[in-house]
Amino acid sequence: MIDWFTALQIGVAVTGGILAIVLGALGRRPSDLTMAFAGVVALLLIVQLAVTIAGPLTGNTPTGSLFEFYIYLISAIFLPIGAGFWALIDRSRWSTIILGVAQLAVAVMLYRMGQIWFIQGA
Amino acid sequence: MSTPTPTAVKSRRSGAGRILIAVYLVLALAALGRSFYQLVAKFDQAPVAYTLSAVAAVVYILATIALIAPGATWYRVARVTIWFELIGVLTVGVLSLIVPSMFAHPSVWSYFGLGYLLIPLALPIWGLLWLRTHPEHGGA
Repeated sequence: MIDWFTALQIGVAVTGGILAIVLGALGRRPSDLTMAFAGVVALLLIVQLAVTIAGPLTGNTPTGSLFEFYIYLISAIFLPIGAGFWALIDRSRWSTIILGVAQLAVAVMLYRMGQIWFIQGA
Repeated sequence: MSTPTPTAVKSRRSGAGRILIAVYLVLALAALGRSFYQLVAKFDQAPVAYTLSAVAAVVYILATIALIAPGATWYRVARVTIWFELIGVLTVGVLSLIVPSMFAHPSVWSYFGLGYLLIPLALPIWGLLWLRTHPEHGGA
């Protein structure tokens, strides 16, 4: 894990999450904007997966349990993708809120992943 | 095909009920992932708490399915599983305060779900209120 990349990722997920919940509460259907945020969050998670596969090979090792870390990461990848498909099928404002909930959940999980990587065993 | 339901608008899967289902999905996933890790990696540290963690995960999954699936039977399953959650989070919440050696290990229900922003406490209350105002019409 790279600290600034993780921070950036949490920032994007929180921004996208709050934006989607606010727009959903205003009655907006899933839009290119809210979908794009979820897409970027998913993409960044896949980059994070690549970073954390490469990290231990180049000396960037987690202080905590890598096994626990991957359970969080793999679960997190499913959230924005799942919410995105939900939003494609169900074109209601509730889907916009769900996009937001999924991104906020990803932010919490990333925070927890950061704890496992940087703090847990240190 | 079943007959079209004139009450579809009031179904427990409509409107804000979808948020309820989505949050349940996330929590079920979180509880399952954490429980899987606890059972595999450190079950011997706190077998009681981690067994409860696994039970909680299964109940969340069952409740999520019951909220989505149509019919009177699933409605009853939803009621029972969500009541079980409410009782579980309250019981384990209290026990984690008075018998911390057995229950203070992180699980979805310890300290009333504080580790999950108290969502495990709020969700069954919302769920039961939602089910009460959105009863199953006409059966399956």
